[in-house]
Amino acid sequence: MAKHDHEHDHEHDHDHQDNRWSELQLRVKALESLLVDKKLVDPAALDVLIDTYENKVGPRNGARVVAKAWSDPAYRARLMTNATKAIAELGYSGRQGEDMVAVENTPRLRHMVVCTLCSCYPWPVLGLPPVWYKSAPYRARAVREPRAVLADFGVKVADDVEIRVWDSTAEVRYLVIPERPPGTEGMNEEQLADLVTRDSMIGTGDPLKPGAAQP
Amino acid sequence: MNGAHDLGGLDGFGPVQPEPVKPVFHHAWEERVFALTVATGFLGRWNIDASRYARERTDPLTYLRSTYYEQWFRGLRLLLVERGLIDAKELETGRAAGPGPVAALAAKDVPTVLAKGSPTARPIDAPARFPIGARVRVKNLHPKTHTRMPRYCRGRVGAILRDHGGQVFPDSNAVFAGEQPKRLYAVRFEARELWGPDASARDSVVLDLWEPYLDAAS
Repeated sequence: MAKHDHEHDHEHDHDHQDNRWSELQLRVKALESLLVDKKLVDPAALDVLIDTYENKVGPRNGARVVAKAWSDPAYRARLMTNATKAIAELGYSGRQGEDMVAVENTPRLRHMVVCTLCSCYPWPVLGLPPVWYKSAPYRARAVREPRAVLADFGVKVADDVEIRVWDSTAEVRYLVIPERPPGTEGMNEEQLADLVTRDSMIGTGDPLKPGAAQP
Repeated sequence: MNGAHDLGGLDGFGPVQPEPVKPVFHHAWEERVFALTVATGFLGRWNIDASRYARERTDPLTYLRSTYYEQWFRGLRLLLVERGLIDAKELETGRAAGPGPVAALAAKDVPTVLAKGSPTARPIDAPARFPIGARVRVKNLHPKTHTRMPRYCRGRVGAILRDHGGQVFPDSNAVFAGEQPKRLYAVRFEARELWGPDASARDSVVLDLWEPYLDAAS
């Protein structure tokens, strides 16, 4: 395709997408107005829900859990025995995290979590899932070619390491505990939590090295 | 049902596109669809399995062309009408014929209901049919309604890795036929059992599967 045609198509796609989103904006607004008129929805409650998952609940919660597990062997033992209870010790519980299981990476075993049927994800510790987690490429490929998916994230895993993919088909929610990076001896929990990325707790990334900044 | 939502193992969707933690929502309407879905979910007219089933009933072409929150929006409109919170005419015109049958979730109650969640663990008396390590074969079933048994594991043999205890059975709960709790297991399958000889000899997939999905395997 000539460059000119390609640009034309690209602009056409953008216009098409913009129309799609502005039409959806109107339709969603109309449904919200109807439900408010019928007193089935309190718009202030919607604002609280959005604020909760946009600003309050996110992967920093999970990072604190991982950092504590790295620092405190007794906590790590409680987390591996009863993750729901151990995570609640830090104040994280409730919707989409009612039944938690922690799975721990080792030098021979690496975990990765997907939901091929929908978008199951541990909200209290990771917040809402990123777009890629809910989209067809990840849901289709994670169970079939996890090593190729990890390559999309820039992660290479040695052939002699088992990759164990957890397909979240029930209400149990899985949190990956990545391996503690070398060179972090002497770091406190807050410093360690800065190294724990969202993707490292899904299993599609590694924790940051000391001194690197969160993406 | 064998719907387009059952994506495990399909080819042709292209690469995964990583993204940073923020923004959480990518359009203003997405956050409203999210909040409307969660808020109306607390009105007691349906459960999480029914809401998944509502999204799955989208025709496959539309499902695959839709973004995630478009799927939610479509499922929500279906449930609101099917479960009698609004009628089809109200949905079409946007005009309320009268107040709804139940009271809205109040803003002040949001933190409480989120903290409480909707636990699905249910103690059951029946002993576990399969001990840890037992080999099981997933039944080759193709129910026309909701199930949490992906196609790619049907007929395949795995080993019991964990016993999660009793859990609400989604196949019945989704169609309002009761919770009928059943024992849930994490079952580990070798990648080659699922995907053939070209798959890694070392890798594995674990699925959470309810006891009625499973037969003993030798």
